[in-house]
Amino acid sequence: MLEVDGIHTYYGQSHILFEVSLSLEKGEIVGLLGRNGAGKTTTMKSICGMLHPRKGRLVFEGEEVTGEKPYQLVRRGICYVPDDRRVFADLTVDDNLDIVYRRTGEWSRDRVYEVFPPLKEIPGRRAGFLSGGEKAMLAVGRALMSGPKLLLLDEPTEGLAPLIVRSLEEQILRLKDAGISILLSEQNLKSSLALIDRAYIIDNGRICYRGTVKELENNEEIRKMHLML
Amino acid sequence: MASLADLFSSGTLSQFLVGLSRTTILFIVSSGLTLILGVLRIPNLAHGSLYMIGAFLAYSVIHFLGDGTAAFWAALVIAPLVVAALGFLLERGFFSYLYEREHLMLLLLTFSFTLIIGDLVKLVWGAEYRSVTVPRVFQGSAEVFGLPLPYYNLFLLLIGPFIAVFLWLVVNKTKMGKIARAAAVDSEMVSAVGINVGWVFAFTFVLGCFLAGLGGALIAPMVNITLGMDHSLIMEAFLIVIMGGLGNIWGALLGSLIFGLTQSLGILVWPQFGIVFPYLAVVAVLVVRPKGLLRSTW
Ligand SMILES: Nc1ncnc2c1ncn2[C@@H]1O[C@H](COP(=O)(O)OP(=O)(O)OP(=O)(O)O)[C@@H](O)[C@H]1O
Ligand SMILES: [Mg+2]
Repeated sequence: MLEVDGIHTYYGQSHILFEVSLSLEKGEIVGLLGRNGAGKTTTMKSICGMLHPRKGRLVFEGEEVTGEKPYQLVRRGICYVPDDRRVFADLTVDDNLDIVYRRTGEWSRDRVYEVFPPLKEIPGRRAGFLSGGEKAMLAVGRALMSGPKLLLLDEPTEGLAPLIVRSLEEQILRLKDAGISILLSEQNLKSSLALIDRAYIIDNGRICYRGTVKELENNEEIRKMHLML
Repeated sequence: MASLADLFSSGTLSQFLVGLSRTTILFIVSSGLTLILGVLRIPNLAHGSLYMIGAFLAYSVIHFLGDGTAAFWAALVIAPLVVAALGFLLERGFFSYLYEREHLMLLLLTFSFTLIIGDLVKLVWGAEYRSVTVPRVFQGSAEVFGLPLPYYNLFLLLIGPFIAVFLWLVVNKTKMGKIARAAAVDSEMVSAVGINVGWVFAFTFVLGCFLAGLGGALIAPMVNITLGMDHSLIMEAFLIVIMGGLGNIWGALLGSLIFGLTQSLGILVWPQFGIVFPYLAVVAVLVVRPKGLLRSTW
């Protein structure tokens, strides 16, 4: 459903992504693995329209979407959840969910609260005062409100306590069952092992490996060379 | 300098209330300025020009409709709406292409608009001043604490809180207001949840311009409507906005109150130099709180 075809992305003068290509089918959870500064966030921002690659193409559901703005891509069903969450700190939990553009009627506040029950307890709290786990849930919940077909989850469990990580992972698997495709970035294989079907490894802005989880598990050399341990 | 006893003599106290009623105008205009500054990040020097257009338009509408009280009410609605429409054209025609630009460049652009609008106003209304009489319903004075207060000033004193409540409702209770608050802090993320931020910006700009036009229409019966009335006001409005905290509407309210109060108190205490007091207040506030009294969105 998503085809990233040889994109080159820059921050001003600095060339960050080199000929990055990847693809994703409906219903898959695909890992985008790489070390600190490898280019995972840059890749995701290039897909969701926050950054515009200077070269290369993006195709979503058979249509070219290169150069579209974030809000246009959300309306097509691509939604990005940043690694630093970026919840709207001044707004309440309810309002963070309410202001989102709704592509379909499929997702409502109540359904998000069903997925993330802890949020249901604090609908009136300002998002700036949430804990790290609550912010992570709210960021995913906010993206769900838009009725995404493809979620770009950027290190969703980073910095969370193990217990919260596990419950978040459970919910991510439920989203997959609900038919949402997910591109998930992580720094190492271990933290995404339970979730992903296959993975791309990115290093220095280049895709240097692609394969199934099984192949990766058996290839210690690649893991050592390109991932955090 | 006046003694304390003189200060509270009846004449001066009502003069004080009259001065305070101008605070309403300052608040209405600077709340629009701070909205635009907070959400769109445009330091709009032309805000004063829009205020001036509001005053001239009010004059024209009132004269066209034959000077009555009804004409005044009509002007109070029509002038701000026309200014808002003008704001819409400015935003869609110019600013919407320039959000990524540096603030200095935007400042220069809005400065050029003040010059262009100044000339256009001269072209349409001429160089001599215009005036509007206080509408008949507002002629005469009310008794406030046993003191005479012109009805029109009383009206201004009452409309201030009304506008403040209206803005509070728009900003806190409407979806558009909530989106605008989010966009003031992180407009990219607002786009990333599917919202066309361009329209949020347009709405905010138009609302801000409406407030400028309303301020102009409200001041029309109290002053000579002249070219140049934009300059003094934009200065004051910017100081108020800076004092209150950039982008903070309640800061604009607080700043207007401080500015208006020190001005009218200053004139009471020391008539020749009264005009200096609000500026001293601005300096004092900024020395103590360089980022303004309330939280800025910048
Ligand atoms: N705004 C920016 N301006 C210039 N260079 C940047 C900017 N943001 C990131 N970079 C650089 O781009 C490269 C890729 O960064 P990116 O954030 O995509 O990495 P990442 O894989 O997401 O890392 P992390 O795991 O730390 O989130 C890094 O070398 C980084 O220094
Ligand atoms: Mg990152």
